Amino acid sequence: MTPEFGHFALAIALAFALVQSVLPIWGASRGNLMWMRSARAFSLAQLLFVGLAFAALMRAFVVSDFTVRNVAENSHSLKPMLFKVAATWGSHEGSLLLWVLILTAFGAGVSVLGTNIPEPMKARTLSVQAWISVGFLSFLLLTSNPFDRIFPPPIDGNDLNPLLQDVGLAMHPPLLYVGYVGFSIVFSFAVAALIEGRVDTAWARWVRPWTLAAWMSLTAGIALGSWWAYYELGWGGWWFWDPVENVSFMPWLLGTALLHSAIVTEKRDAFKSWTILLAILTFSLSLLGTFIVRSGLLTSVHAFAVDPQRGLYILMLLALSIGGSLALFAWRAPAMEAGGIFKPISREAGLLLNNLILAAATGTVLFGTLYPLFLEAVTGDKISVGPPFFNSSFIPMMLPLVFLMGVGPFLSWKRADLGGVLQRVKFVAVLAVLAGLAVWYLTQGGPVLAYLSILLAIWLLFATIREWALRIRLFDVPFPAAMRRARNLPRASHGMTMAHAGLAVAILGFVGSSAWKSEQVVFVEPGTVITIAGFDVTFEGVERLRGPNYFADRGTLLVSRNGQFVTTLYPERRRYLVAQSTTTESAIRSTLAGDLYASLATPASEDAEASGAWTLRILYEPLVNFIWIGAFMLVLGGGLSLSDRRLRVGAPRRAKVDPPNSVPAE
Amino acid sequence: MKRLLALLPLLVALVFGGFFLWGLNPDRDPSDIPSVFISQPAPQFDLPPVEGLETPGFARADLIDGTRPVVVNVFASWCVPCRAEHAVLTDLVTREGVVLYGINYKDKPKDAVRWLSTLGNPYERIGSDLNGRAGIEWGISGVPETFIVGPDGTVLFRYVGPIVGNKAISKFRAALVQSGAITEGNS
Repeated sequence: MTPEFGHFALAIALAFALVQSVLPIWGASRGNLMWMRSARAFSLAQLLFVGLAFAALMRAFVVSDFTVRNVAENSHSLKPMLFKVAATWGSHEGSLLLWVLILTAFGAGVSVLGTNIPEPMKARTLSVQAWISVGFLSFLLLTSNPFDRIFPPPIDGNDLNPLLQDVGLAMHPPLLYVGYVGFSIVFSFAVAALIEGRVDTAWARWVRPWTLAAWMSLTAGIALGSWWAYYELGWGGWWFWDPVENVSFMPWLLGTALLHSAIVTEKRDAFKSWTILLAILTFSLSLLGTFIVRSGLLTSVHAFAVDPQRGLYILMLLALSIGGSLALFAWRAPAMEAGGIFKPISREAGLLLNNLILAAATGTVLFGTLYPLFLEAVTGDKISVGPPFFNSSFIPMMLPLVFLMGVGPFLSWKRADLGGVLQRVKFVAVLAVLAGLAVWYLTQGGPVLAYLSILLAIWLLFATIREWALRIRLFDVPFPAAMRRARNLPRASHGMTMAHAGLAVAILGFVGSSAWKSEQVVFVEPGTVITIAGFDVTFEGVERLRGPNYFADRGTLLVSRNGQFVTTLYPERRRYLVAQSTTTESAIRSTLAGDLYASLATPASEDAEASGAWTLRILYEPLVNFIWIGAFMLVLGGGLSLSDRRLRVGAPRRAKVDPPNSVPAE
Repeated sequence: MKRLLALLPLLVALVFGGFFLWGLNPDRDPSDIPSVFISQPAPQFDLPPVEGLETPGFARADLIDGTRPVVVNVFASWCVPCRAEHAVLTDLVTREGVVLYGINYKDKPKDAVRWLSTLGNPYERIGSDLNGRAGIEWGISGVPETFIVGPDGTVLFRYVGPIVGNKAISKFRAALVQSGAITEGNS
């Protein structure tokens, strides 16, 4: 009965969403407070019923109810419990249900926590959010019901794709979706502002915490996915410019631009229509990602089972939401008043440049991702665009941005004193160049671009710390006084320092692990010794092990350096019997300086397997852990900024701030 | 002007939507990519020999004045599948007399020399594509990738991935026969 109950709960949630998409916004235009306030009850009810449906599906997975088609196709009774739970969102239907759950959670979140938002604005925002709910709930119910029964039920399930049976990946979709879908509420705020016809500094303040929350999750989700690819795929790479990676990266890039332009809107009442446009486009790119992954439009390793009917339905949703919101933008945006004016050298100008670069980079990634489709449509040629294109176009675009990030925070609003700023960063620039030269001297050999990137990363790191030190006057006043200043500094300011430094650290990781990677692919027999990056790795042999739902070939590698024993690595190759596929479980010795990474590839031929000879891939990736540390710092920076009292969700408004100088658009 | 600017995002989105609608055609299979460059002239490139090898490098000009089709194989010593494919290619050269040119993609010359000296060198010419520039020109999506180029410099066939296993070998062989590089009887 539970599956039917879940199905029914979804239908009820759709009914609530339908009412919520009309009543509050109607109330807002008629000035009916009751109707506006109804949004709160409806959005909570929606969350409740979608939550019940999700729980029903999860229960079906946990008890291995194979009469449900979704469970039969994606689970197996022998699978560890964690992966049974994770399989709830492992399929197209289940992940879409998670998508909708997060969507309704954000709606409910705004209705409960957004106490400082005026009723009409809140009502309109929640109605817009309900429009999205209606679209996706109907999509679930009409084309991808997760509760479909199967008759006769199979004795056991097909198992989840073994590549996905991994703790990192079990957590990856929820985080990524919180990021993706979190931008929906920002989109709803933007559309509501367009309907209302005005955007002011207060609007930017309501939007910022939600943008930050979504951005943090997206950052964490992308980092987790890339970490998974690093240790699970067995190639030692962490980013492949695969279409599905790109579609998660584009909302991140544009979301980052949005975070920064919203600051200008909040502080200076400028960039208004641009911020609105970014809010719309960021969520549009999230939707586009959902569409690309589920429609089979592009070829990718990540794609779900392809169904053109679903593709058409999502495309229709896309046309309505993106087309509709952009049409609204085209109609309303020209009437928006430009806000505070600024000089070419000012913080506003710096952030404008930041936005332009991020938008151009997003455009580049979008173009590269969709180019195969465009070309095929126009000329009929089929090509694939790979890392060479992205590396040679994206990286050179990012370098100026990194340089700018070092200077930006020093600039003051409206008009900055360039001479004074240069005076303050002169020392940092010299230090960065010296550090770059030191790296060049130590490594001797490597691409010029790598040295330039390292230099810029160090520049960014030092400049960021210097800016922070200046702000708390670290060396000008006694230490306790400086600490007191640090405590009094807004948390958002610490957040920026942390996030900018995090990016610098991550860049060190990106460059170190790609430019100075050593890699060896060798045939090994028991007793073979491989020398890599100063390590001697001895291959001891391979043994056969048995796991809960797989067999594994586990290799044993003794690692030593200069005759000193370092560690033993056990790379595995697992064969999943039910799902009939194999995965590599690489073994990694992680240190801050770099990772020694080993993975077993297939035996090259049948007789090689009999003789115990294997192909072994051994890599040394310097600094690779800086990537994850940097990503963690980015998320932490977002968190610090989110905890700023100015943004704290639901914090009582402090003594009436001067009335936001809002200008009605009409 | 301002109105026009505000309209721009919508117009771009509409164009994208049109392409997406076209792309949803169920007869389309995006993962089937072998037809790139087919019946197109081979791209412009000029590659030096691999440092430390006697084998000459090659350029587009070398593909044109031939009298018979040439097989162009993109390989690298760091590529595991290339190792397996190497035996198949060697076999085609020694037994069937196929003319094989190689593009050594993003490989350190030292490693490439060592790789070829352990496994043997079936290539008549090898161009060293250190920075991957020629790889972009050829539009490769990964290594290995193999092309059959006609005597007039026209790309006749493209194979993505290693030519390993009976199915792949017979597919490639069929393409060789069709292009006139080998005759049916030999197989």
